[in-house]
Amino acid sequence: MSEYIEWGAIANIIVVGLLFGAGVPALFALGVRTIASPAAFREDGTVSLTRRIAAYACFSVIVLAIVGAIIYIAAGGH
Amino acid sequence: MDYANVSILLVLVVATALAFDFTNGFHDTGNAMATSIATRALKPKTAVGLSASLNLVGAFLSLSVAATIATGIVDSGVVTLEVVLAGLVGGILWNLITWFFGIPSSSSHALVGGIVGAVIAAVGTSGVQWTGLVGKVLIPALIAPIVAIAVASIGTWLVVRITRDVKDKTNDRMFRWGQIGSASLVSLAHGTNDAQKSMGIILLALIASGVAPSDSGVPFWVVLSCALAMALGTYIGGWRVIRTLGKGLVELSSRQGMAAETSSAAIILVSSHFGYSLSTTHVATGSIMGSGVGMKGAKVRWSVAGRMFGAWVITVPCAAAVGAFAVLIEQGIGGTAGAYVIFGLLVLASAFIYLRSRRTKVDSKNVNDEWESEADNESVVAQSVASHNPQLMRIKSKPRRKKGKKKGRENHKKKKHRKHKKSEKG
Repeated sequence: MSEYIEWGAIANIIVVGLLFGAGVPALFALGVRTIASPAAFREDGTVSLTRRIAAYACFSVIVLAIVGAIIYIAAGGH
Repeated sequence: MDYANVSILLVLVVATALAFDFTNGFHDTGNAMATSIATRALKPKTAVGLSASLNLVGAFLSLSVAATIATGIVDSGVVTLEVVLAGLVGGILWNLITWFFGIPSSSSHALVGGIVGAVIAAVGTSGVQWTGLVGKVLIPALIAPIVAIAVASIGTWLVVRITRDVKDKTNDRMFRWGQIGSASLVSLAHGTNDAQKSMGIILLALIASGVAPSDSGVPFWVVLSCALAMALGTYIGGWRVIRTLGKGLVELSSRQGMAAETSSAAIILVSSHFGYSLSTTHVATGSIMGSGVGMKGAKVRWSVAGRMFGAWVITVPCAAAVGAFAVLIEQGIGGTAGAYVIFGLLVLASAFIYLRSRRTKVDSKNVNDEWESEADNESVVAQSVASHNPQLMRIKSKPRRKKGKKKGRENHKKKKHRKHKKSEKG
């Protein structure tokens, strides 16, 4: 059976896949929440600088991940 | 004389391989763009345009997969041009048939199936490397959707949980951007992976006919023509498949779409990194289903999913049967004439499927129409009771629609009408 199923590769795919495939959307959601949840708005309707910085930090990490993925694809994928 | 025959045959094979590449592009557009189209993050035409350009770019980015398709699954020593041609015929026809029924099945499986069938018919079962076939093609097909469902459902669950306080409108606006980004990544990855399958086939043909040495790399003209064929196919857009993926499986919100596409992109890239390529189609379909599983209250149409899994299971054998049949015809007629006949039959069959498809046309205009579930009325009633929404029942019993949806309704009526006519004839 092990000659047909590469368990090692599959385990790696699941772990790393979860890290990026679920982690990146969660991070994006965190960014959205930080900047747009009801708690984010002060009484005058603006969002505090700290929250904005935190949100943009989340989004930048994601942009970096995307750029990294593109470089990775371009570099041959292996 | 013989040499001339071989080169004409080679031209025929290359043309067929490019045709396959074209069907691959248009069959698989939905993997990347169906969710963005369904949630209206992108207009349908914009989405396929973006996907096509990224496919084009992607095809040039990496060339590492090209050799494995040619060498891992069938014994390259027994492969002749006739076999390659028959294999491609199997792949193309299966792609067109599944496209006609709007089923997102794997193009690469169709291709592999066609080649395997052709090899079996030509030289017997010894020409197939069964370990490679099972380990590299069949098992990953089972694993891909499971992994994708798991990752996408966890991703969706997290996203929905984290953003539950945020207004729906804000969520939609922001997650649409995320969706476009992740869908673009899937398109790019698809371009690098799938264009290489046709490149691999053409390379196989060049090697088989002795034009290229057996350890040859992929010539530039092959890369360019494959990239263009696939981009063109993508741009024309397999609207039927897009519709099934975007509307048929799950009613998608932007948050789900974003989580699904990111999951697809991550799994496709990660799996190719670990040298265990998973089919883009299987991953994308699994991710979309996972995004339905992870969202509370979202309905996954398991009947549609079941039909799809059924198609995946029979993809390799069916394409193999067509491939084998093609080889038998070739051998029955004999020589180059057999190859011409096969090519002619392929053109006829494709034209037939295309013309047939125009009777129930799906295009950029009606791709997002409401999914007309084949489910019985009971389940609609049950659902309306469960969600305390009598509106659901009313829609079924009295087709009173908003103005915007009228068009789709009329289309549907027309379709029904035509079907009716047809059944009268028959």
